[in-house]
Amino acid sequence: MKKIPFLIKTAALATLAFGMAGRLAAQDNLLRLLDDSLGAHSRRTYVAGTFKATHVVNLQTVEAPAAGDLNFIIQHRFGQLNSGAYNLFGLDNATLRLGLEYGITNRLSVGAGRSSVDKTFDGFVKYKILRQTDGAGSMPVTVSALGNISYYSLNYPDKSYLNATYRTAYVGQLLIARKFNRLFSAEIVPAWLHYNLVPAGADKNDQFAVSGGARMKLTRRMSLNAEYNYLLPNQSVSQKVYNSFSLGWDIETGGHIFQLVFTNSQGIIPSQFIGQTTNSWGDGGIYFGFNISRNFSLAKPSRKQPIY
Amino acid sequence: MLALYSRLGFGQLYYSKSGFIGFYATTPLEEIKGENNQAYAVVDLGKKELAFTALVKGFIFPKELMQEHFNENYVESDRYPKASFTGNFTGDVNMAREGSYPVRVKGQLSLHNIVHEVEMPAVLEVKGGMLIASARFVVMPEDFQIEIPSVVRNKIAREVTINVKANCNPR
Repeated sequence: MKKIPFLIKTAALATLAFGMAGRLAAQDNLLRLLDDSLGAHSRRTYVAGTFKATHVVNLQTVEAPAAGDLNFIIQHRFGQLNSGAYNLFGLDNATLRLGLEYGITNRLSVGAGRSSVDKTFDGFVKYKILRQTDGAGSMPVTVSALGNISYYSLNYPDKSYLNATYRTAYVGQLLIARKFNRLFSAEIVPAWLHYNLVPAGADKNDQFAVSGGARMKLTRRMSLNAEYNYLLPNQSVSQKVYNSFSLGWDIETGGHIFQLVFTNSQGIIPSQFIGQTTNSWGDGGIYFGFNISRNFSLAKPSRKQPIY
Repeated sequence: MLALYSRLGFGQLYYSKSGFIGFYATTPLEEIKGENNQAYAVVDLGKKELAFTALVKGFIFPKELMQEHFNENYVESDRYPKASFTGNFTGDVNMAREGSYPVRVKGQLSLHNIVHEVEMPAVLEVKGGMLIASARFVVMPEDFQIEIPSVVRNKIAREVTINVKANCNPR
């Protein structure tokens, strides 16, 4: 703890001693004295709540469960909107991902999930490298590194050569996010994707993409989200793939976050929605769905005072 | 020195920058408490005035997520970073004699950009040249226009108990 600057001290004392401007003014002076010393001691604090949830829609955000917290997430997608009235515009069909995310420390989290698309298992490790701070000389962005691995287990009787290696894909992402003000936050996410097996020889095993995500708060507990995942051209050529674009509406109530989403990707994990989206908004290949996440505090870690 | 101050009509100031403010809104459904050990407090024995101030972000909760919701959704600490109290007290305190002096405190509590009048019994204790100020009182979230959504209404106590304690040294 620093000493209160001498000047402030003297000035405050002088005001207190000689400011004979009545009772209320004197109380204000007392408060001003405290405010001055509080101001003199203010330091940087970490910016919290850049996004509400750990996913914009499909794309992960820099948010992660706190140390000792477990996050259970259900990501549910109905069928395509353009599948006609017979299928009730997609509502007759559904795919989903069930996921768990756990905070080992406030910077490091791990997660695992299972998607019904291709019966895919996935796991990830996420580490917060930098944290955005308030105040003078502050850090402007939060940066997280995210490593994903996925393995699809769907049986293809005609493709007996599909061994474990061929079924595995990796995605590395660097999430760079900034909370610009209390309402608006955005992130830019360069990504590297590696598929051990691609459909044709002309397709690249290593592919690169840049994703962007943003949220605009509507009220204290609701926000509108959008994300766009741009796969650099001429990497996946044997089939027509589209860039994934998603819109979401977050509603937060206590430990739950409910997200209503529209997206042209059926897959929910990065190796699927960034590199294997085969539907487009243009022809109505849109999936309606929702994400529900529920936070559980498992551990009661000793909470430290913040720095300021 | 102190005698000189009072003879000249100056206030005797007792000061702390590690005051404690805790609030408790626990229900059977959820343990809710926030505690701040970095509050600033000053007591003017001459004028019988006192003031507290604390950064709202400095309240620590048992759950990180609860703390984030407190700051983001309830008290909006990015807009209104400070909580403060200023008021006066009735009752005499003799610094020359150790012991507990019950007093009555009345003043304005300001939080979430709302100023609310509060009145409470408090204790000023003289011990080893130090003045220990402590009080407990009750406020309601509505007093400060803090809205609680109906879904979580039963998880948060309607009356929030506030405990305050500051060990003040002469300055």
